[in-house]
Amino acid sequence: MHWLINRLGRAILTIVGTVSLSFVMIRLIPGGPLDYLRGQIRNQNPGMSSDAIDALVEAQAAINPDQSIVEQYVSYMSSVFQGDLGTSTWYGDPVNQILIEALPWTLFVMALSLLFTFAIGIGLGAVMAYKEGSRFDYTFSSVSIFFNSIPYYVLGVLFLFVLSYQMDLFPTGGRSSDAVPVGFSVAFLLDALYHAALPVLSFVLTRFGFQALAMRGNSINVLGENYLRAAKIRGLPGRRIAFQYVGRNAVLPLYTTLMISIGTMFGGAVILEEIFAYPGIGYYMFQAIDARDYPLMMGAFIIITTAIVAAILFADLTYGLIDPRASGGETRETY
Amino acid sequence: MDADSPFRAYEVERRTRRQRWAYKWDLYVASPLRVVWSDWRTRVGVLIVVFYLLMGTVGVVLVPPPETNQGALHTQPFQTMAHPLGTDGLGQDMISLIVHATPPMLEMMLSGGVFATGVATVLGTLAGYRAGRIDSVLTTVMDMATAIPGLPLAIVVATILQPESPWVVGIVLTINVWAGLGRSIRSQVLTLRESDYVEASRTMRIRTPNIIARDIVPNIMPYITINFVNAGRIVIFSSVALYFLGVLPFTNTHWGVTMNRAYRNSGALYSLGASYTLLIPMIAIIVLSLGLVLLSQGADRIFNPRVRARRSKTISDSEDPGTGGAR
Repeated sequence: MHWLINRLGRAILTIVGTVSLSFVMIRLIPGGPLDYLRGQIRNQNPGMSSDAIDALVEAQAAINPDQSIVEQYVSYMSSVFQGDLGTSTWYGDPVNQILIEALPWTLFVMALSLLFTFAIGIGLGAVMAYKEGSRFDYTFSSVSIFFNSIPYYVLGVLFLFVLSYQMDLFPTGGRSSDAVPVGFSVAFLLDALYHAALPVLSFVLTRFGFQALAMRGNSINVLGENYLRAAKIRGLPGRRIAFQYVGRNAVLPLYTTLMISIGTMFGGAVILEEIFAYPGIGYYMFQAIDARDYPLMMGAFIIITTAIVAAILFADLTYGLIDPRASGGETRETY
Repeated sequence: MDADSPFRAYEVERRTRRQRWAYKWDLYVASPLRVVWSDWRTRVGVLIVVFYLLMGTVGVVLVPPPETNQGALHTQPFQTMAHPLGTDGLGQDMISLIVHATPPMLEMMLSGGVFATGVATVLGTLAGYRAGRIDSVLTTVMDMATAIPGLPLAIVVATILQPESPWVVGIVLTINVWAGLGRSIRSQVLTLRESDYVEASRTMRIRTPNIIARDIVPNIMPYITINFVNAGRIVIFSSVALYFLGVLPFTNTHWGVTMNRAYRNSGALYSLGASYTLLIPMIAIIVLSLGLVLLSQGADRIFNPRVRARRSKTISDSEDPGTGGAR
């Protein structure tokens, strides 16, 4: 229980740290976002009084430049934690409204990518370990290494070029067709999958090799353990050895990799969504960068970090379910 | 020379010193290189990296820098000897673009690698060795920094700072790589500090910085080396992405900038005719990245005692019938 409180506290501390960091970046860097915003408003409304400009800046960035730094910090933090991320200067809508609408789509792509990456990686890695040294192992190790060294967005651009523009097989952007009504229907789900296919494929193909090689290494290590020899001497059936002895122990270290993957994939989504014009969080973050829309940019950054912290927390809390040794959690080396 | 001569001992010492150097050379340079060379995949990795290093040093002298209207616009590759790989939409020679983008790329990788591994080593060893309050504070900081997504953070910082120097770009792109790395270095130091020889050094009252420098760091050096290469790869991936999407200012010649021009100005996505302007820099990126992956995996094979032990076990399989049968 003590561990749980500690862990939750750390997650909250991380989010507070991120929001503080974004405050520092917005407010304290000279010539940074806030000065830019004020200059922009002044250019658009030449006759406006300084107070009115400050009021507008406050409304858009959730910051009042007249207050002291500490007061600004407190009011920024409190408004962010009340869910007020300011107003987008480009879209004119509240930032949280734009991002909350976009978040499920990013999560959809992420979840599919993670699922396929780990399913393929674990399956392939296990088979490679069993056939260590064979032609199969050799071929797929090489394939894994090769795909591993292609940046996911380069593969994405290639897919877009070949499959979408040249062969016209997949959509060149968007997250669902206008013709299909939004709702819980099979047609809509299929359409959403169709639009998410290329981003997911770009992620999965460039990342499964990493998991496969890790799984292969883990399995080979487990295969050399004494308890495995003991299991074989006991004459346990091969299936049981493969799944309960080798599989379970080899998959455990990958759980930590999964947590790290959540972070890197979310980061990668920013670029991939921009390339595929897939309106998720990352796409809006890029729109914000192009338009110098700092409230939206920082809002996207805060939302992405919060989602990752939540995902890692979830993974951490459920770790005990797959590894009974870690149920106490005090001595664990995970974060 | 007389056996009683006082010079004799001196002679012997000189010889041993030379032998010691020979031994060190063999241990740290020659035999790792032999291991590297024995595996063809690692060999390919080394050759690729050396090729890019040559391209960034000798290549920039041999190949003229890219200029607009060097040749006709959109010369197709393999058509003229003057521009073997063709020219882009601004008439810049593709080979010049690729070659002259290498030095800034290498500088970014070097600064990013040094920054990430340097900070990680200092913080990781400090936290792991000193334990106590310093450890818990540093670990919490590293945990928090690990949870912040690196690429979005780098994008935000790059947007606000608009860095131009390749050295600064490298640091911005690895802005939180040190955190995860420092965390794992800490775990390794934590076990090392309990080892017998570190205990012995402590008992002999050797100063902590010396213990860290002589006993701890050499043991984690292989790990640091591998992660240096990995940080370099992160820099490639992120820098190309950010230049490609126009987040970083176009002050350097960069493969990502070439891709951006192909994508936005030449319409390389829609027309087959211009696709080579997109494909050629992509190939340059994939090959370098492949070289680094092969290199770091080869390095892992050299350094990782687990892999090494397994290697030797596979050679003399008969000694270990149990594991032999399992495969």
